[in-house]
Amino acid sequence: MESKGDLRAPVSQTPLIVEKPKDTSAIGGMVSIEINEKKVAVPLGTTILEACKMNGISIPTLCHHDDLCVAGVCRICVVEVEGMRTLQASCAYPITNPMKIKTSSPMVRRARRHIIDLLLSEHYGECYSCFRNGKCELQNLAKEYGVDSYTFGHVEKPKYEVDKSSYSVVRDMSKCVLCKRCVRTCIDLQEVGVLEAVDRGDNTHIGTFLEKPLADVICINCGQCINRCPTAALRANDPSDEIWAAIDDPTKHVIIQTAPSPRAAIGEEFGLGAGHSMTRELNTALKRIGFDKVFDTNFTADLTIIEEGTELILRLYKALVKKESVALPQFTSCSPGWVKFLEHYYPEYIDNLSSAKSPQQMFGALIKTFYAQRAGIDPANIVSVALMPCSAKKFECNRPEMHDSGYKDVDYGLTTREMARMIKEAGINLPEMPKSNFDNPFGEASGAGLIFGATGGVMEAAIRSVVEFVLGKKTEDIFEKANIIPLRGFEGIKYMEIPIGDKVGPVPELLKHLVPNWDWLKGAVLKIAVAHGTANAKKIMDDIKAGGKFSECHFIEFMACPGGCLGGGGQPIPTTPEIRKKRAEAIYAEDESLELRKSHDNPHVVQIYQEFLTEGPCGHLSHELLHTHYLKRGRYIA
Amino acid sequence: MEKTKRKGAVIFSKYSRGEGIKRLLSISREEVLFELRDSKLKGRGGAGFPTATKWNIVAAAISSQKYIICNADEGEPGTFKDRVLLLEYPELVFDGMVIAGYTIGAKHGIVYLRGEYEYILQSLEDYLAKMRNDNLLGKNILGKEGFDFDISIRLGSGAYVCGEETALIESLEGNRGEARNRPPYPVNTGYMGKPTVVNNVETLASVPHIIVKGGEWFKKYGTDRSTGSKLFSVSGDCGRPGVYELPWGTKISELLDLVGARNTKAVQVGGASGTCIPKSQFDRTLAYEDAATGGSIMIFNESRNMLHVLKNFMEFFVEESCGQCTPCRIGNTKLLEGVEMIEKGEFTFNYINQLKELGRTMQVASKCGLGQSSPNSFISILENFKEEIFNGNGGAHGK
Ligand SMILES: Cc1cc2nc3c(=O)[nH]c(=O)nc-3n(C[C@H](O)[C@H](O)[C@H](O)COP(=O)(O)O)c2cc1C
Ligand code: SF4
Ligand code: SF4
Ligand code: SF4
Ligand code: SF4
Ligand code: FES
Repeated sequence: MESKGDLRAPVSQTPLIVEKPKDTSAIGGMVSIEINEKKVAVPLGTTILEACKMNGISIPTLCHHDDLCVAGVCRICVVEVEGMRTLQASCAYPITNPMKIKTSSPMVRRARRHIIDLLLSEHYGECYSCFRNGKCELQNLAKEYGVDSYTFGHVEKPKYEVDKSSYSVVRDMSKCVLCKRCVRTCIDLQEVGVLEAVDRGDNTHIGTFLEKPLADVICINCGQCINRCPTAALRANDPSDEIWAAIDDPTKHVIIQTAPSPRAAIGEEFGLGAGHSMTRELNTALKRIGFDKVFDTNFTADLTIIEEGTELILRLYKALVKKESVALPQFTSCSPGWVKFLEHYYPEYIDNLSSAKSPQQMFGALIKTFYAQRAGIDPANIVSVALMPCSAKKFECNRPEMHDSGYKDVDYGLTTREMARMIKEAGINLPEMPKSNFDNPFGEASGAGLIFGATGGVMEAAIRSVVEFVLGKKTEDIFEKANIIPLRGFEGIKYMEIPIGDKVGPVPELLKHLVPNWDWLKGAVLKIAVAHGTANAKKIMDDIKAGGKFSECHFIEFMACPGGCLGGGGQPIPTTPEIRKKRAEAIYAEDESLELRKSHDNPHVVQIYQEFLTEGPCGHLSHELLHTHYLKRGRYIA
Repeated sequence: MEKTKRKGAVIFSKYSRGEGIKRLLSISREEVLFELRDSKLKGRGGAGFPTATKWNIVAAAISSQKYIICNADEGEPGTFKDRVLLLEYPELVFDGMVIAGYTIGAKHGIVYLRGEYEYILQSLEDYLAKMRNDNLLGKNILGKEGFDFDISIRLGSGAYVCGEETALIESLEGNRGEARNRPPYPVNTGYMGKPTVVNNVETLASVPHIIVKGGEWFKKYGTDRSTGSKLFSVSGDCGRPGVYELPWGTKISELLDLVGARNTKAVQVGGASGTCIPKSQFDRTLAYEDAATGGSIMIFNESRNMLHVLKNFMEFFVEESCGQCTPCRIGNTKLLEGVEMIEKGEFTFNYINQLKELGRTMQVASKCGLGQSSPNSFISILENFKEEIFNGNGGAHGK
């Protein structure tokens, strides 16, 4: 709606007679239409595609995606509308007037068949040698429309070189159908914008800035484009061959840590619906494949909470008591896509990033030091793999600074999809596996670490601990069942205030060497925020830059991927809001089923501070192994 | 440069600079719309949409900003009449824009000028400066309180598709020139998301005459469904190529006589995206209801190889497709390959028929007018010149 001020017409305008709408059935917000001769009423503005879906009529789509704005470019979804000369793309046509729609007329069927034939004619490769075989939207269309030959021929040579420059994303444009989902993902969802259609006509292809390799442009490695690509044109950089080689090498001790999000989603790769957690089945499967140890990344998630929480307390103490200038709000740093986004777009804010490493990298550093010592294994012989929901984790473990153990801390980042393929290759049907536990010495972790997988989870985990540290009360006494509901859900940006009040508790043992008491926090209001998807992150950052409400926050959680890690770029395809919701439910349900739900209660965490990191959180050894630094990349250094 | 060979009775009738704008001092916007509706003027850019309807929608829209855009992209092969208007009759085009601004309530007009016409940019800017000087543009035009309007000129960047109105708007907004989904139409959500009228140069140039002389007068020319007259850009095999103003309803044969065409085999009406009319149909008329055209008339005599003509057109579309939608991006390539197969004599009739079918899909399933009209010449040339193409050029080898 225009604002009131806009209504002032130029003086040259005198009022005009506005033509009345031809049909009054649009009144009341509903329009009556006919689909395949059946009368139905749909809300004004519904697209033809939605209207058909609501009425149980399926229409094929390719460029359409539930997460993205309309493109209307593939034309596979065309339908006939009575009275119109041309067919209409149902995904792009909002219904505002009564109309008669035919979804399967001869003209429509011919057009769809032609479109599939045309796409196949330019599509390089064969399905049997393709990793998307069986999970490809183009293949599905060909199957659905009974394609049994190449009507308009089939290319014999790839048109474009495969770009394998990036640690995270491999681009094979000879398999691209130009649906532009990746472009829309990168621009609209992520506000990065490294991909765009270049050239015209038959030479049109998805390119990068100046056609540079992906590693040399400001891609943040989030892999969201992969998740929305209907074909094999985009995929993650797969290290499974190297991992098999390590498993097969008897001199190597191969360890895998598993993050919560892949566990909540990997069942989808085995035909289960979204929302089935496979944590313990996975433990068994991984052992059977040949991993020597399986550890729970949630252990270092718990550790991250302690380190990052302590860092926050120290920053606040410096700012409020010592009146030193420190960077606030503190930003979480466990999402490597977000970190790279900040390094590129807001390099002046890198001091706001928590120096605490991500759980993956903390674990990497501990495995090749603490664990190697305990187990009496030469760290040179340890191969450390991380099962992650994420393609950016591949980039993260290859950051040159991630060598604090003296070795490459984490050797390989493996995605959920790649893990599923390895399991299948080993002939294992995951859902049928018996359950087993994680290996010691890290054992079982808390539910706080688990919910890291969902947007708002890191913040909720942190608050569960901070509240107990500062107030000396049980989180459950403040938030029912220790569930901090305002931080949950998929709203793009969440904001919350927690008043500290006048009553503070004693400083817990773990922090005694850092702060004398909590009196300085009395009456303060802790302001926190959560954002997921870098487009939302950008909104917060721009607000901070402008000195807005978020600049007064103390702590902000940022996740590069929509939905948080559970929607990560390494997760099973497809991804939709509905699927992400189910994965989140699985994670929160698993958390609630656990006895141990706060990071600082994790006995293994307590133990590691007693036995190894003896100077406590943010102490010297912590800093050496568990903290890191960042790079001011700006827009031109990839 | 082509000379205007024939000055007709409507567009090229007498008109003095600013005359139409002066009329606005005494008539309301409804009266302008009334005359326009009465004249039955239809868009001259190709699609033939009634101009009064377009203007009325934008006039009735409530918005802080509205725009009138003059489409001077003139990219259709074989058209050059807009250039003649801009060079020799800028008063018609610009007065037309001022009248549009007044009527629809736009304060800003934009001319989207074909990149290759950069050489006339300076003369147009000079002309606009003169208009500002004489208060035919600017604030309180001709002293009428609140009658503010100005015009700026933007250069296109050489893509044919940018003449399509929604691609044009994308291009003006600094994006890649690609057609938008419709609806919404520019009249609702146009330039910068605001209600926008996009009109061809010639459409706008017709308006001042209508305002000064009346819709009744305009309707005296042309046919019932195609009123007024039309500028035709005539090129190819004829003695007197150039721009001709003729009333709608003129027969193709009449036009051929007029321009001194002899031994004519075919006339391509409407440029590369138009249809190819063979000798047997030369009694057809140039009109929206018969052989419609945005102005381009290309004449081919008996010496021409129609398959080459077709190949040229198809090469043009393969090059100019914006590459956005499947039917047009890949379809045109397939049609061109088909032409090359015929050329080499390596084809089956079955496959050529499949390509014609594909062409029919492209006509209905492409996203914008480019892909919807690009198969026209493929289909019409292969049908109308079967004999020549399949019996002369390798057709004998067809299986
Ligand atoms: C591919 C394509 C190219 C076009 N090029 C032009 C052009 O160069 N000039 C023009 O006036 N209209 C062109 N049009 C038509 C415009 O989209 C639009 O219909 C016209 O500018 C409307 O003005 P009118 O109503 O005055 O004709 C083109 C359409 C298509 C599909
Ligand atoms: S991308 Fe899809 S259609 Fe193409 S080869 Fe792979 S599975 Fe087949
Ligand atoms: S990985 Fe993320 S940033 Fe990189 S191209 Fe894909 S969507 Fe864009
Ligand atoms: S790379 Fe994938 S998502 Fe991007 S346009 Fe091509 S097919 Fe679509
Ligand atoms: S029809 Fe052609 S020019 Fe038009 S949108 Fe499709 S590809 Fe682009
Ligand atoms: S799904 Fe509608 S045009 Fe692609």
